[in-house]
Amino acid sequence: MSLSPLPHLHLLLLGTLLSLTGTGLLVAQENPYIVAYDHNLEEPGNLEVEYFSTFGTQRGGPNFHAFWSEFEYGATAWWTTELYLSGQTTFGDSTVFTGYRWENRVRPLKNEHWINPVLYVEFEDINGADKILKEVVGHDVESDFLTPNGEARREKKREAELKLILSSNYKGWNFTENTIAEKNLTNSPWEFGYALGASRALTLKGAAQKCNFCLQHFIAGVEMYGGLGDRYHFGLHETSHYLAPGLVWNLPSGWTFKIEPTVGLNDNSHQFLLRWGASYEIAGFAQKVSQLFKGKSE
Amino acid sequence: MKILLPAGLSALLLIGLCFLCSAQSKPEKTEPASVYSELEKAPAKFRAKANPLLKDKDAAAAGKVLFEEHCAECHGENAMGSKKAPSLRAKEVQEVPPGTLFWILTNGIVRKGMPVWSKLPEPQRWQLVSYVQSLGPAETTENKAPAKP
Repeated sequence: MSLSPLPHLHLLLLGTLLSLTGTGLLVAQENPYIVAYDHNLEEPGNLEVEYFSTFGTQRGGPNFHAFWSEFEYGATAWWTTELYLSGQTTFGDSTVFTGYRWENRVRPLKNEHWINPVLYVEFEDINGADKILKEVVGHDVESDFLTPNGEARREKKREAELKLILSSNYKGWNFTENTIAEKNLTNSPWEFGYALGASRALTLKGAAQKCNFCLQHFIAGVEMYGGLGDRYHFGLHETSHYLAPGLVWNLPSGWTFKIEPTVGLNDNSHQFLLRWGASYEIAGFAQKVSQLFKGKSE
Repeated sequence: MKILLPAGLSALLLIGLCFLCSAQSKPEKTEPASVYSELEKAPAKFRAKANPLLKDKDAAAAGKVLFEEHCAECHGENAMGSKKAPSLRAKEVQEVPPGTLFWILTNGIVRKGMPVWSKLPEPQRWQLVSYVQSLGPAETTENKAPAKP
C-alpha cells in the first residue's frame, strides 16, 4: 500500500481556512443525511467547510476509504453553491485524487409550502477511481470498484447531474425525496437514481441555557438511496440500493458531526459502509473576506 | 499538469468567492418605508395564531439562546439591527401579532436575504417569537435608515 498525504492535505486545507476566518457564532441546523438533500439552503454570506469519509467493504477485492471536502456557500437566501474535492485510498493499492464537483441548489418558490421544491444542477469532472458514493445512479454496482486505481483513474468522467429535491418539514420531522438524472457528457445514456430521507430532532423545544449535549442539538434520521437504471433499461434490474440510519450533532460552537452506518440492500451493493463527517459553519464569511480586501472594518 | 489543475481550480474558486462576497456585501437599495412591509403580507390565518408558549416561563429564555445562535449574526446581539438586517426592536415588529413573526420566521423573506427558518422545529420558532417580543420597542438608527429587511 502506498501512503499518500491526500487525506491529510484535505484536513490541513480545512484547518487553515478555519484559522484564517476567525469565529462567528452560528449554529448549523443540519439534517443527518449524507446523500439526500432537503430544501434547507445555506444562510446567505455563510461558508460551511466540510470533511467527509466513507469506509467501504468490497467483496472480491480490497476495502477502501473515500474522502471529500465540501465548501458550501450561501450566495443568496435562495441559491447555494458548493465545491467538492474528492479522493480515495484503496487498501493494498494506492491513494488517488479523483476529481471535483461543482453543485448549485436553487429554491424557486419564495414561501414555505407543504412540499418545497429545490432544483439542483451539478457538473462533475471526476475519474473512474471515484468511490465517494455521493449518489448512486443507473447500474452502479459493487463490482465497478474492483478495477485497480492505476487503470480506473485513466477513465475521465465529465458528467452533468440534475436533481429535483422535494422536501417537507412537518411537526419537527423532515421528509425529503430526491429524483436524480445524471449524464456523462460523452455519448452515454441518461442514468437515474433516487434518495429518500426522514429525520427529526430528539426534542423540539430549545433549552433555556446554552448547552452542548441538549437533545435539541441531535437529529436522528434514516436515508435510503439507489439506482433506477438508465434511459434504455429503466428499473431495478442490476442496480444497487442502500439503507442508512444516521445521527447528527449540531454544536452551538458552529461545529457539526455526522455518522451514518450504511448497509447494502442487495447483492449488487457494498455490504457495509461507514460514513462520517465534520463541518464548521463560518458565519458572515462574505463580510469577513470583503473586509480583508478593503483593509478596513466596516 | 497534475498540480496545475487543482491549483487553477483553487484560484478560480477564490476569484468566484471574492465575486460572491463583493455581491453579498453590497446592501440592496430598499426604500426605508418598505423595510417592514413584509410583515403586512402575513396571511390572516397566521396573524390570528396565538403563541402556544405564552404561559411557558422558560420560552423567552430559550428564545434568547436560539436568537444568539441563529439570529444575532445579522440582527445584532441585542436585536437592534445591523448593516445586514433591520432592528427587531422597532415598534413595527414589536406591535404585530405573534403569529405574524412566526410566519416571517417560517417563510423568510427569501428574495431580500432573510433565510427560511422552517428547519427549526415549531416550538423553537415560537420561543424565538417570545424572546423578540419580550424585548419591547426601542428607537435605533437602523429603524430610520436600514440597509435591507
